[in-house]
Amino acid sequence: MALPPPDPQFVLRGTSAAVHTLHFSCGGPERDIPLLFSGSENGFIHVWNLKTRRVDTALDGHGRKSVYCVETMGGKDRLLSQGRDQRICLWDLAEGRTSVTDSVFTEHVGFCRCSLLKVAQGRWLMAMAARSLEEVQILELPSKTSVCTLKPEVGAKLGMPMCLKLWQLNCDSQPVLLAGYEDGSVVLWNVSMGKALSQLICHQEPVMSLDFDTEKAKGISGSSEKVLSIWSLNEQQNLQVYKTHELVNAGISDITIRPDKKILATAGWDHRIRIFGWKKLKPLAVLDYHTATVHCVSFSDHSNPQQRLLAAGSKDQRISVWSIYAQT
Amino acid sequence: VCFIPDGLDCSISFVSHVLGKVCVHGRQKEILGVLVPHLTDLTKSDCIWQRICWRLVECVPDRWMEAVVLGFVQRAPGADVLSRLLGNLVVKNRKAQFVVTQKMLLLQYGHTTAVLQNLLGYLSLDSLRRTLLLRVLQELLETWSSSSAVKHSPAEQQLYISKAILICLSHLKEPEIESCRQELLTSMMEGVKCHLDSSLTQLRRLGMVVAESISSKINTEGPVLKFEYEEDDETRELKSLLVQTPPFCVVPSLPDDDRSEKAGAALPLVPESSEKPHTAAPAMPDEELDAELDSDDDLTPYDMSEDKELKIKTPVYIRDCIEVLTGSRAEDVDKWEATVKALESLVRKNPAATREVSVELAKILLHLEEKTCIEGFVELRQRAQVAILTTDPIPVAKYLTSQFYSLNYSLRQRMDILDVLVLAAQELSCPKFHGKTKHSGAQKPCIQLLPGSDSSKDWRRIVDERIKSKTRRFDMGRSHVELASCPNEFNSVAGHFFFPLIQHFDRPLTTFDLLGEDHLVLGRLVHTLAILMYLAVNTVAVTAMGKALLEFVWALRFHTDSYVRQGLLSCISSLLLSVPTDRILADMTEELLETQSWLGDVMEKDPDGDCRRLALQNLLLMENLKKKLEAVPS
Repeated sequence: MALPPPDPQFVLRGTSAAVHTLHFSCGGPERDIPLLFSGSENGFIHVWNLKTRRVDTALDGHGRKSVYCVETMGGKDRLLSQGRDQRICLWDLAEGRTSVTDSVFTEHVGFCRCSLLKVAQGRWLMAMAARSLEEVQILELPSKTSVCTLKPEVGAKLGMPMCLKLWQLNCDSQPVLLAGYEDGSVVLWNVSMGKALSQLICHQEPVMSLDFDTEKAKGISGSSEKVLSIWSLNEQQNLQVYKTHELVNAGISDITIRPDKKILATAGWDHRIRIFGWKKLKPLAVLDYHTATVHCVSFSDHSNPQQRLLAAGSKDQRISVWSIYAQT
Repeated sequence: VCFIPDGLDCSISFVSHVLGKVCVHGRQKEILGVLVPHLTDLTKSDCIWQRICWRLVECVPDRWMEAVVLGFVQRAPGADVLSRLLGNLVVKNRKAQFVVTQKMLLLQYGHTTAVLQNLLGYLSLDSLRRTLLLRVLQELLETWSSSSAVKHSPAEQQLYISKAILICLSHLKEPEIESCRQELLTSMMEGVKCHLDSSLTQLRRLGMVVAESISSKINTEGPVLKFEYEEDDETRELKSLLVQTPPFCVVPSLPDDDRSEKAGAALPLVPESSEKPHTAAPAMPDEELDAELDSDDDLTPYDMSEDKELKIKTPVYIRDCIEVLTGSRAEDVDKWEATVKALESLVRKNPAATREVSVELAKILLHLEEKTCIEGFVELRQRAQVAILTTDPIPVAKYLTSQFYSLNYSLRQRMDILDVLVLAAQELSCPKFHGKTKHSGAQKPCIQLLPGSDSSKDWRRIVDERIKSKTRRFDMGRSHVELASCPNEFNSVAGHFFFPLIQHFDRPLTTFDLLGEDHLVLGRLVHTLAILMYLAVNTVAVTAMGKALLEFVWALRFHTDSYVRQGLLSCISSLLLSVPTDRILADMTEELLETQSWLGDVMEKDPDGDCRRLALQNLLLMENLKKKLEAVPS
């Protein structure tokens, strides 16, 4: 007899707007306060103290336009946020400051979240959708120099890039980018050479979100239809479909694989969070708490596995935080 | 008659006279049937024979010239042959010019496409004659773009002229088009306007095809005019005329007047098998054994039985539906969609509850606009309206008919009202088997984007069936299944549907003038009245309806729009079929006699083919009536 799904460990209220993005920062030393960053539709970034479960700071840097991506850059003192005001802001949050140190004007009017990759100490690569419809630009941070622009060939008709993931196999290898596009295909780009290595049509509808497991060279993508697509990368750097999984209700906003690569979580338009085992995509749980579309899910980076959490942000303005499969 | 090729300078005027006399007596086929093939062969390469041939036709006296030229144009197997046979006759002889450029193109319209190709091809083959070609084109365009011609000339003539225009265009060269570009443009604009104003589908399509062709010729670079219409054989044939086939293949003559087959019949498109362009590479087999330990087994799934498809709760009560449909909250769009989809069945399942709020619901539905993109929204709305009307006919009919004549409705809404009334009347007047109505009805419950000229086609079919059923049978045939009888629900409400519609047609409102510009709606109204009359057979009010309808028809019988006239003739048909014979003879004899003479007039003189056919059918029905009278022993 299977147990009923667990309830959230706690729920964070107080954003007063739909939550679009979440990012944990709990990996620091023991005495550091575990934090959760959330970006909302009203343009605020809230810094939640997970001990007190209250907002420590609210950052207003996007002119009240929706914030749809937040990431930390090497610790909780440096934050990157992306908003609908077409800007990416870099924040300095050390010692209680809340200032924007730098910003990049992307001229991108869509919703494609940028992707960060640390390539060396103090050097980052950032992939973001650019002004031109189908292009992805790679910038180096903090210098903001353009590394390359990834343009699909003429007539490819991929549409807008919808989601990006920069990764590299290990510190010495070339960085590559996985990009999901509006026409339902996922393209693997070689960043240094600026050309596409492989393209795979995974969905009939736009790819809403994707995540990739570098160790197993396997990735998963979700779309606005009912199918989750799992694909793999072979030695020739070619993408192949591995399997597909049909969902009960259509529409996935976000997918994320837990850092230990054991489970993954999907945020659905049907208000539900689904947990699957990563190895075989075995459905494990359906968490039904929210009353509106779930926009984002995120796993925490706690060093103590027992404390690991899963957070989900929804249009109903709540952030639910769960402790699930933390014992393994 | 065989010629002796002797190369002498002989006079052939005698032969011309003979030829002319024979042709004018109507023997063109016989003599030219022999002569033309001979001459074709002889003139193929021999210049002298060509000149002899030219002399032959030139010497035909003027009074017989027409017959000869006509014969040649019809018999020649191609434009180049015609050119060899006639030479520059049209330039030299005024009578021949008149026949070729005016009479055959503008005054007659019975010739086949092949003849047109011959004629116009002939004009284009010589530089002397090309000026005539341009002149011909201008005159054709003038006719094509004149609004009175579009309104009053028969459809067959308009088709003929359109074909001629397209063939002319196909022969024109760039510099010539350049020189008359401005006139082409002006005529096209005027002509398109007149054609699109017409209530008949075929004329509108003709206008669109010709305008598109003209536009493509004058705008070789840049955007061309493109209309949206259903392609059928006629349009395809017309478009094919724009491209000239090489001279030696004979153009087969295509049938011109298959309107009855073509109307509304588009060729079924081959359904493309929509293969989803799925994965780029074959999927790796699932059975690939995982050598590693399956650590997923450690993770026990939770209970997921609650995970079902997300269903929006559809309302169960009629009053809830009203709330949802009139509510303005933006978040309730899912609920709104579910309500619209569920409304018809709710109305039918809860007649008592519907009757309490019927007029309110009818009002809401009449003004309901599409909030989100539902498939088949118009049909869903229409079916819900029909359901409400059949559940509570009298108040809702009163409401709808009063709204038909009110201010501030669009033409589309007024026509929707008519459609709903007809569908509901159909449902009410039919005996129900298994809950379904089995009428080979005049209008199907679907979106009528074009005025139902279909209804006049179906009318013919229905009237034909009825006429057949009234003919005497000496053989009983197979016994038919006895239909279950039930009371005619339309009986008590027929008057409520009919009379309010017929009452105010001559009272113009600021935004709605049936007798003026809105003749499209008038046409639909007339057709609706015809259908209501037909469905009112066996009701008590049928005689009163008949009398009112007869007066209505009489007042409008000279209307200029042929769609309206078709409707009026359908009204007469349904009248004759529905009103019991003895009542017709008792109450309406004088009016019917007058109608009979009007029908005779229509049958002979009306420019529209459908009107003539309907008038003929009505006269037949009246004959049947008379015969029945005489058959009854007094």
